[in-house]
Amino acid sequence: MEQALNQKSVNNSPAPEGPDSLHLGIPFKLQDKINVWVLRTLAFAIITMLATLVVLLFKQSGEAVKEFGLWNFISTDNWNPVEDEFGGLSFLYGTAVSSILALAIAAPVSVAIALFLNEMLPAWLGKFLGLFVEMIAAIPSIVFGLWGIYYLAPFVKETLTPLLKSTLGFLPLFQGPSFGIGMLTASLILAIMIVPTITSICREVFKTIPGHQKEAALALGATRFEMIKLAILSPSFSGIMGGVVLGFGRALGETMAVAMVIGNSTSISSSLLAPASTMASVIANEYAEADSDLHVAALCLVGIFLFVITLIINFAARSIVWHFNRKHAR
Amino acid sequence: MEEAKTILSTKNLECYFGDFHAVKGISIEYKEKSINAIIGPSGCGKSTYLRSLNRIHEEIPGAYNKGEVNLLGKNIYEKDVDPVLIRRNIGMVFQKPNPFPSLSIFDNVVIGLKLQGVKNKALLQEKAEISLRKAALWDEVKDKLNKPGTSLSGGQQQRLCIARTIAVDPPVILMDEPTSALDPIATASIEELMLELKKEFCVIIVTHNMQQAARVADNTAFFVLGELIEQGASEQIFTNPKQKKTEDYITGRFG
Amino acid sequence: MMIETTNYYRWRKFKNRFFQFLLILSAIAVLTPIFLIVQYTFVKGASSLNFDFFTNLPKPVGESGGGMRHAIIGTLYLVAIGAAIAVPLGIMSGIYLAEFDKKSALSRILSFSIDLLTGVPSIIVGIFAYILLVVPLKSFNALAGGVALSIIILPIVTRSTEEILKLVPDHIREAGLALGLPRWKVIFMIIVPGSFKGIFTGVMLAISRAAGETAPLLFTAFGNMYMSYRIDQPMASLPVQIYNYAISPFEDWQRQAWGGAFVLIIIVLGINLTSRAIINRNEFVNFFIELNKKFKGKKVK
Repeated sequence: MEQALNQKSVNNSPAPEGPDSLHLGIPFKLQDKINVWVLRTLAFAIITMLATLVVLLFKQSGEAVKEFGLWNFISTDNWNPVEDEFGGLSFLYGTAVSSILALAIAAPVSVAIALFLNEMLPAWLGKFLGLFVEMIAAIPSIVFGLWGIYYLAPFVKETLTPLLKSTLGFLPLFQGPSFGIGMLTASLILAIMIVPTITSICREVFKTIPGHQKEAALALGATRFEMIKLAILSPSFSGIMGGVVLGFGRALGETMAVAMVIGNSTSISSSLLAPASTMASVIANEYAEADSDLHVAALCLVGIFLFVITLIINFAARSIVWHFNRKHAR
Repeated sequence: MEEAKTILSTKNLECYFGDFHAVKGISIEYKEKSINAIIGPSGCGKSTYLRSLNRIHEEIPGAYNKGEVNLLGKNIYEKDVDPVLIRRNIGMVFQKPNPFPSLSIFDNVVIGLKLQGVKNKALLQEKAEISLRKAALWDEVKDKLNKPGTSLSGGQQQRLCIARTIAVDPPVILMDEPTSALDPIATASIEELMLELKKEFCVIIVTHNMQQAARVADNTAFFVLGELIEQGASEQIFTNPKQKKTEDYITGRFG
Repeated sequence: MMIETTNYYRWRKFKNRFFQFLLILSAIAVLTPIFLIVQYTFVKGASSLNFDFFTNLPKPVGESGGGMRHAIIGTLYLVAIGAAIAVPLGIMSGIYLAEFDKKSALSRILSFSIDLLTGVPSIIVGIFAYILLVVPLKSFNALAGGVALSIIILPIVTRSTEEILKLVPDHIREAGLALGLPRWKVIFMIIVPGSFKGIFTGVMLAISRAAGETAPLLFTAFGNMYMSYRIDQPMASLPVQIYNYAISPFEDWQRQAWGGAFVLIIIVLGINLTSRAIINRNEFVNFFIELNKKFKGKKVK
């Protein structure tokens, strides 16, 4: 077949008869070559575009780097647009604390709900409720933010804070008044938002456990809980880790919901009840109205830190999941 | 000579998958220290019957049983009986060898004991060695006890699973086509092992390989479509079957 | 050794029960907020909607009867620009990744770039589009917003197209070649049309995602209180309008924000669920059959 085609194109004769008579007599081999090169050009264009964007981002922040120095910028907690003084530590702090707290809440809950859907429900019901969980991922961030302001914030202020203060009030984490918006509320909303990410990876991972492995545990006289620990959780550990890290990556980049409930204070506080800011939220709040070039540059620099950190976390997550899949190829 | 004790017996055992009546009213008695085979064409309910003896069958959604299974006189299907306790006394070896991948060889063998709360290290070591010796695996693994269970060959893994099962000293061991995933050499070593095991345990094995049943089993039962057609001493079943269906199956006219 | 109950056994049983209790608790902990969010949005949102909302432009504070017509149209406009750029590009790159040059450097770098784009926070996408189009044009503009959305849409369409095409078994490609067709025709006239449903679903999911995005538009299209169809001027969009109204101190605007959220959720979840239903038609039907059986079973008993 290939040979026949080759011979024809070597003679540069027109394409063979058939459904192909629409084409301008260009031999097949050439047609395919054109096609591949068009696609290759598009691929190249996409890559170049992305590279350009990254380079431009770095250039845009140049002024801030020159003015403050990279290390100084990220270790100073002084963000003062009025006097053109910029130090981004409080945003790094805010992003780190809100994301880690969100992860601490979401990770065990996600694993639990993955187990619940896979192991405790009949297949059809598991799929149905699983769809609900996946729908969380589809709800726009702004809707979460809106619900956060009007429902969750008052709840945190009126119900959760008194509860926390009465039990754990001695901790520096829960000092000071709560106005409903702040680090705690933001972390709670983030936790809800990243559950679907972690849960769906966990469910995939749990589904790869063969049935007879679970039966072997039961046949030895294990209770359901012991079987789950032995046959499902232990072998899936690295897969679960991959899902957790991916969820962490999502939490780092989340903007709108956080911006609306975190209070947007640019100082660092040890209390979870106090307002704060994240790298994403400060960009969302200040970029449109940034007056000086230095301000814009500083925000771009914050953006670069966010970009790079998210990148590293996402690739770490992917490689963990990839290694896990390789080890357990079906 | 003393009459051998009946360890396990089923009385009109029926097995269902939802509406599907897979096994219809089977009554068989199993004596201690014997090997009992169940043979029959594919899909005739052999595995389902076997899995009902240790109440694993009901773990499948929609599956349930009727009838009695008496272990040393007590009906394990009675209302207040917890399957978890039953399974301590009836072990199971599966078709595909399945050592737990996150456990070492040693941990795999003693996991049954650990689940029951045995914490004494010396006792665990002792039981592990005894079980691995009985499973004819000790010499091959004694120097690598903390390697993962899955680092062994197929035949070795199956022997590991057998060691794991016998470590808790169950009076009855169920085997669901234990050699069908293994090569002929590994199969032969498992069959040899079974003949040793019979000195201590009551073994009930489902096999689609008639010759295997003829080789190792004292008694054989023949199932077709969920019904017991004939059962008795293997020698009699294979040389002088009473039922026409049995004879047809043995001689290869169907199945 | 027989069937006896020891204290240790009772402890194991307790752990088992407790664990199952924790699982159920977690399920409730997760499902409750979703239920609350959706219910709250529906109730508050639906009650905030009126004819004016869909037909009017914003009115000054204090006057009633303002609406978000401009924002709804703006969202359609911006998503259309984004899709027009990203969907063809995305499908082409998906085809490239699935069908050609699989071990080449270009293919691997492209795959890496697409993965990178998937993980970029949406606010950074906004910065990208800002640098690219807002700075040279010296004002916020709709084109920048559209381009920002296209950066969001592109990786989703590329990945889903690639995944769908990878599912097509090789013997179908061989059959096409055996018919005497050039490779490009096999792909564009047999393989791709055959996977149309899956590709379409991927595109729909990407579009619904883009329609719900706020951050990339905050300083690109920026927002507008007036109706505008111009590509070089700021343009309103539903998410941004909701945001602006939500953080405002005016009650009438906050009410409209809820109305907008309701409309947005209907659009986004609507597209999402419909496209899933199309691709999982069988499962969808089976689910209702199961449900029916359960209810029938109960009635008969």
